[in-house]
Amino acid sequence: MLDDFLIRATLAGLGVALAAAPMGCFVVWRRMAYFGDATAHASILGVAIALALSVSVFLGAMAMALLMALAVTALSGRGYAVDTLLGVLAHSALAFGLVAVSFLSGVRIDLMAYLFGDILAVGKTDLALIWGGAALVLALLTWRWSALLTATLNPDLAHASGIDPRREQLVLTLALAVVVAVAIKVVGVLLIAALLIIPAAAARPFARTPEGMAVIAVLVAGLSVLGGLQASLMFDTPTGPSIVCIAALIFAGSALGTSLRRA
Amino acid sequence: MSLIEARDLSVRYGGHTVLSHVDMSIDKGEIVTIVGPNGSGKSTLLRAIIGAVPVASGRLIRDAGVSIGYVPQKLAIDPTLPMTVARFMSLPRRQHPADVAAALEQAGVPDLSTRQMTDLSGGQFQRVLLARALLAKPDLLLLDEATQGLDQPGSAAFYRQIEDVRRRLGCAVLMVSHELHVVMSASDRVICLNGHVCCQGTPEIVASAPEYRALFGTGTQGALALYRHDHNHSHDDGCDHDHGHAHDHAHDTGVIPLHQATRDKVH
Repeated sequence: MLDDFLIRATLAGLGVALAAAPMGCFVVWRRMAYFGDATAHASILGVAIALALSVSVFLGAMAMALLMALAVTALSGRGYAVDTLLGVLAHSALAFGLVAVSFLSGVRIDLMAYLFGDILAVGKTDLALIWGGAALVLALLTWRWSALLTATLNPDLAHASGIDPRREQLVLTLALAVVVAVAIKVVGVLLIAALLIIPAAAARPFARTPEGMAVIAVLVAGLSVLGGLQASLMFDTPTGPSIVCIAALIFAGSALGTSLRRA
Repeated sequence: MSLIEARDLSVRYGGHTVLSHVDMSIDKGEIVTIVGPNGSGKSTLLRAIIGAVPVASGRLIRDAGVSIGYVPQKLAIDPTLPMTVARFMSLPRRQHPADVAAALEQAGVPDLSTRQMTDLSGGQFQRVLLARALLAKPDLLLLDEATQGLDQPGSAAFYRQIEDVRRRLGCAVLMVSHELHVVMSASDRVICLNGHVCCQGTPEIVASAPEYRALFGTGTQGALALYRHDHNHSHDDGCDHDHGHAHDHAHDTGVIPLHQATRDKVH
């Protein structure tokens, strides 16, 4: 069954959706959208370094994403506004990554595959990595769920309950790095943030609790993956962007429905 | 045995000392209020007690098994985060629905559990925060300017609720307040803080202490103080204008004549 490239692509997409959607809820709740973007962009540098050293691209991307996330956390609150800092770091990392890739003359690299994803080329190893990573992220988020939510609400409230908000921040950072690494193959570094944020944003009007929002976001992300794959086959469009387009359409529907209900 | 005791406690924030050599303690069942101007370290002291800021020197002794309920100064829930009152009450530990209902009832908001947190009024929101703190079955309730943003009747009602909770649960209460007239009537003990403990004791003793008068003026217990406070909501320090030496300054700026206070003390 896994010999069919379309089935592998579907499974890969669903695996990423499963991890990215609940992670994306935290990104939205904690206003970390730019943070997600910066982390994702940095991973292209990780890809270049991994290719140069001939180590796993997955590990390279994850390490660089993690490094970027930790750097932003360490540097924030030292004189620069966080959005300025993220703007500087995100685009610098992307630029350095692109330059670094151009040095790799020996290997022929399909840069587009890393920028926009290449879900139809997912192999069995990729599939194992994606589902392994997704399982890790889900396990982390489930394990720390209540503590993460409390720390997201208010750091002092977390302290008073014996929760260290910095530790929870670290858990989220780690989970985000894993999500970035598993999502590169599916949507590419430029569109990872979209897969984090759009399903969560589309889910918001229909949820009454944080858990409800996470579940609905997973459904939206899954639907986007299936719809995007179909659309890409039907119209012969690039798959990663097609998935994001479907997610955006669902978001538009959700937003329109909400404002109509209010009117 | 005190529930909590600070001995020679100092706290530093990014290079400068916010609290220096603070000695204070809270006994079972008493209501203690911390007063002091902005930036005097009131919130920092509370945050040190819950472990949110590290202690630079000195000791913070917490009696074994003392459970603390904390009501933060403000809690901004992002509108993108859906949260019913019932779900909020079960953070971080899941609570039995009957306990949640009982705590909400004790805090005076029995019918809110299915509402969204972002839909609550200021007074309801603060009571829900209080209810959540009560779930810990606290021996000590910490309130950091819990009535900020409430109007005068709202905050008076909230303080009555606190007294009611104390009477029912027998817990001690340590609160930071700007509303001096409330403090003076509702507290067993007052700690006047300005980076260090200026003075502490019963409200009568503190109100007549020269250090306190230097910070807040002399009129705080009279009807004039109440009257002035009612009409000066912008004076969030609860500064009641002294009709003595600080008169002009206080009316010009609407803030506590702090340099006056420092001059009185230092020179």
